[in-house]
Amino acid sequence: MANANISSVPIGSEGPRARWKYLDNILGRSGPFTDPDWVPGETVIESLERAKLLVIGAGGLGCEILKNLALSGFKDIHVIDMDTIDVSNLNRQFLFRHADVGKYKAEVAAKFVEKRVKGVKITPYCGKIQDKDEEYYKQFAMIVCGLDSIEARRWINATLVGMVDENDEDSLKPLIDGGTEGFKGQARVILPTMTSCIECQLDMHAPRAAVPLCTLASIPRQPQHCIEWAHIIAWDEERKDITLDTDDPEHITWLFQKALKRAQEFNIEGVTYSMTQGVVKNIIPAIASTNAIVAASCCNEAFKIATSTNPFLGVPDTENYMMYTGDEGVYTYTFQHLRQPDCPVCGDDSRARPLQVNPNSTLQEFLDGLAERPEAQLKKPSIRSEEKSLYYQSPASLEEQTRPNLSKKLNELLENGEEVVISDPAFPTQFKYQLTFKE
Amino acid sequence: MADLPPPVQGPTAKEKKYDRQLRLWGATGQMALEDSHMLLINSGPGVVGIETLKNLVLPGMGNFTIQDSAIVSEADLGVNFFLEEEYIGGFRAEHTCNLLKELNPDVQGNFITEPIDSWLTQPDSLKPFTLILAIAPIRPELLARLSAHANATLIPLFYVHCVGFYSHFSVHLPSAYPIVDTHPDSETTADIRMLKPWPELLQFAKEKTSNMDTMEADDHGHIPYIAILLHHLEEWKKGHDGKVPQTYQEKTEFKTTISKAARTNNPEGGEENYDEAVAAALKSLKEPEPSSSVKEIFKVPECVLVNKESPSFWVIAHAIGLFYTKYGVLPVPGAVPDMKARSADYIQLQNVYKSKARKDVMEVLESVRFLERTTGRETVIEEKDVEQFCKNAAHIKLVRGRPFHVVQAGETIKWGERAKSIAQNLTFPDTLIPLYIAFLAFDEFVATHDKDRLSGAPKMPGETRQETDTEKVTGIAFKITDDLIKEAGTFIEEPDYTAVKERIGEFVQELVRAGGAELHNIASLTGGIVSQEIIKAITEQYIPVDNTCLFDGVKSKTEVIRI
Ligand SMILES: [Zn+2]
Repeated sequence: MANANISSVPIGSEGPRARWKYLDNILGRSGPFTDPDWVPGETVIESLERAKLLVIGAGGLGCEILKNLALSGFKDIHVIDMDTIDVSNLNRQFLFRHADVGKYKAEVAAKFVEKRVKGVKITPYCGKIQDKDEEYYKQFAMIVCGLDSIEARRWINATLVGMVDENDEDSLKPLIDGGTEGFKGQARVILPTMTSCIECQLDMHAPRAAVPLCTLASIPRQPQHCIEWAHIIAWDEERKDITLDTDDPEHITWLFQKALKRAQEFNIEGVTYSMTQGVVKNIIPAIASTNAIVAASCCNEAFKIATSTNPFLGVPDTENYMMYTGDEGVYTYTFQHLRQPDCPVCGDDSRARPLQVNPNSTLQEFLDGLAERPEAQLKKPSIRSEEKSLYYQSPASLEEQTRPNLSKKLNELLENGEEVVISDPAFPTQFKYQLTFKE
Repeated sequence: MADLPPPVQGPTAKEKKYDRQLRLWGATGQMALEDSHMLLINSGPGVVGIETLKNLVLPGMGNFTIQDSAIVSEADLGVNFFLEEEYIGGFRAEHTCNLLKELNPDVQGNFITEPIDSWLTQPDSLKPFTLILAIAPIRPELLARLSAHANATLIPLFYVHCVGFYSHFSVHLPSAYPIVDTHPDSETTADIRMLKPWPELLQFAKEKTSNMDTMEADDHGHIPYIAILLHHLEEWKKGHDGKVPQTYQEKTEFKTTISKAARTNNPEGGEENYDEAVAAALKSLKEPEPSSSVKEIFKVPECVLVNKESPSFWVIAHAIGLFYTKYGVLPVPGAVPDMKARSADYIQLQNVYKSKARKDVMEVLESVRFLERTTGRETVIEEKDVEQFCKNAAHIKLVRGRPFHVVQAGETIKWGERAKSIAQNLTFPDTLIPLYIAFLAFDEFVATHDKDRLSGAPKMPGETRQETDTEKVTGIAFKITDDLIKEAGTFIEEPDYTAVKERIGEFVQELVRAGGAELHNIASLTGGIVSQEIIKAITEQYIPVDNTCLFDGVKSKTEVIRI
């Protein structure tokens, strides 16, 4: 390959770009994989500095993302996070100090990075992503997501897909998403409506199967069963009037002691305070190293998208997903996750997903099952058929009116092959299923 | 009998702070991390090493030292997060060290600003360190000295490149680097020994399955699946000359037998415990044979010939090897997967496995004690280490660490026993071996060019003359490739040969484009991977990279190769 495109931007140790001497080597020179029409230099620098980015989450990934974007030359960054700083964040969320415990993450993080990296403006918002509307999200060139909640991811994904207007190029906002667990993680790039979306990829993040209630209630075998019993059953029976706060040590202690006592009754070993906390708060192990890997991978893609300095993940019909595994050597699997034509968010609206159900199960059982289905994961579903309202979570009057249906069997409520529409307050979209009865 | 619940000791402040990582490497891993002292020999833009350190200071590495004689320049501020404007003109080692220390008051940080050439020649300069991380570019004679030190003292040595969109690291681990706590996937750890049951287990199965046919529905639906499997296996043996199912057809038939034995005349139309038995049937008919890599460990010289100085790993491995020779199986690990069962039955079953595991541990322990006596070993191996080893015996791992390439000016690179396989893999379209060769060529360029007269820093390709340097490095890389093919005693046919060279040319071009610059994202990502590997090396947990890892930030891919 010839070096026809190599142009030289003066690289000096003085002047306004002295700070960006290293970055400018890349911004100012073509490489073997840059587009032949790409012109390195000033226009690239300008578009990088003009791009307004939104970072969702200022936790383990978010701290890294903010630092990385600021040191990639982005100048205008917004960050949303509703959380305050907890002491258990300090082993990886490096923008926070002990004295910051209790303060808003987004604010402390923004201030810290602004101080370290001169010239970057970081605008924090301490609240929920759901507080903001399309008008707000429209202002950004890209959104980089470092969240631990699948619900929030699905919400922003559905919102961005819904914003796409075929006649307006600017309405398409690339979504770059990262996630970690222990030594593993993933980074993915989504071009809403053009490439596979978070909802299409939901089966990559199957929820852990819940332990049946009867096991918890009558035949516990594992220490976790005793903890779940204390959490789900004992608390409601004995402390109904107190709202369980999993951050309150007194509450965890109460659950721990309850669980321990139950475990002793059944000769089950292994209930500890730490395990109680882990089960009740659904704690996912997290370390600085993995956050660094995943966050940097996301920001590397954001940088390439903003500057065209190299091809990026998520170009339609190419790889869009990198899976990283670090507990057994180092292994990455970078692949193209395909769009699901029947995706309830980015797929064809008229299509309903086929779903096989047991006609003898009750509506309640069916709805409970939706929480566990990898491709649904709905926690507060409302459901209607073509004919009638089957169950509504709200308003209260409708809930009361439809509640009796919960104990009815599916074959009493529906015809074989009938379509149902399910909605959930956590998501801006509806889910359509065609229910066929199992023999 | 268990005592009453003790008064709750909430977690300590330290346990709270480190909660999310203690769930991974536990208290012993944390202790190892706190006892370690890492040396970073920093160079170039100097970011990847600092980003690595960030990820080690946060979880509480005990002690670190940064050797770096560079002076903070404005260019540092655009790429290194652990420097500020007011430090321009000061020592980079000092200020990065101080800002890193802010991350965790429990960590001790030190810095050395003396130039590496003179500092390294002082006797014992490397003595305090339990691990060394050297960042490219570094003069070959210095890297060679570090490599010799790693060889002699058995401390892990990491060597890292981070240039533009690419990075590489190699790790030189001790030549015998065994790991007990590999953290295998929980799904692979269940070992229920259906084909090698012991009397107590058979007795349990018999007890739980007697008068199965007349049992109440609820009782029948709660027979632990292990008892179901064993019952049907015994029945099968009665009709097959005492043999368990052998062929695939027999195994499938066995599975069907169990499936048919489930009661379906209930509202659910089946039984969960039978579903579990059916799901486990085929797997349970596999002999509990250790993997070939574990059996290999029993045969290596360190294991066969234990002496009074042998690390405890080898003494225990030898004892387990004896156990394996005697019984044809490894000690029972003792864990029982969760299954549909009544609490009391499950606990009873758990105890059957636990007692057997305990018995096996005692037998191994006896051999360990015997070995200790006969070899005249001075320190006693703790029982809990033997227990832990027995539990993980099927998943132990031995890594044979080896030195990585140190490119010396004008010398041909030797690939040794790895030449053949690397030359063969060179033609795979997606391999990153060409990138490794590009990095070797980068090192050769550094080795053959004079240092910057002002700063004393090694000169990197593309800093000023992109085109000429690209040509030079490409030429070096092609020569390395041809030497490799020659050493492997093979040749690559056209059009593959041209394709390989083209890929090498592209990697070189992209590498030289950066002119020795680090991109913060790539430095941070690489620092993340390297710090994971350092944590593995320090805690002796998980499975480390053996021994070279490449990252391509253009395509977002890694590859691990053994060189
Ligand atoms: Zn979709």
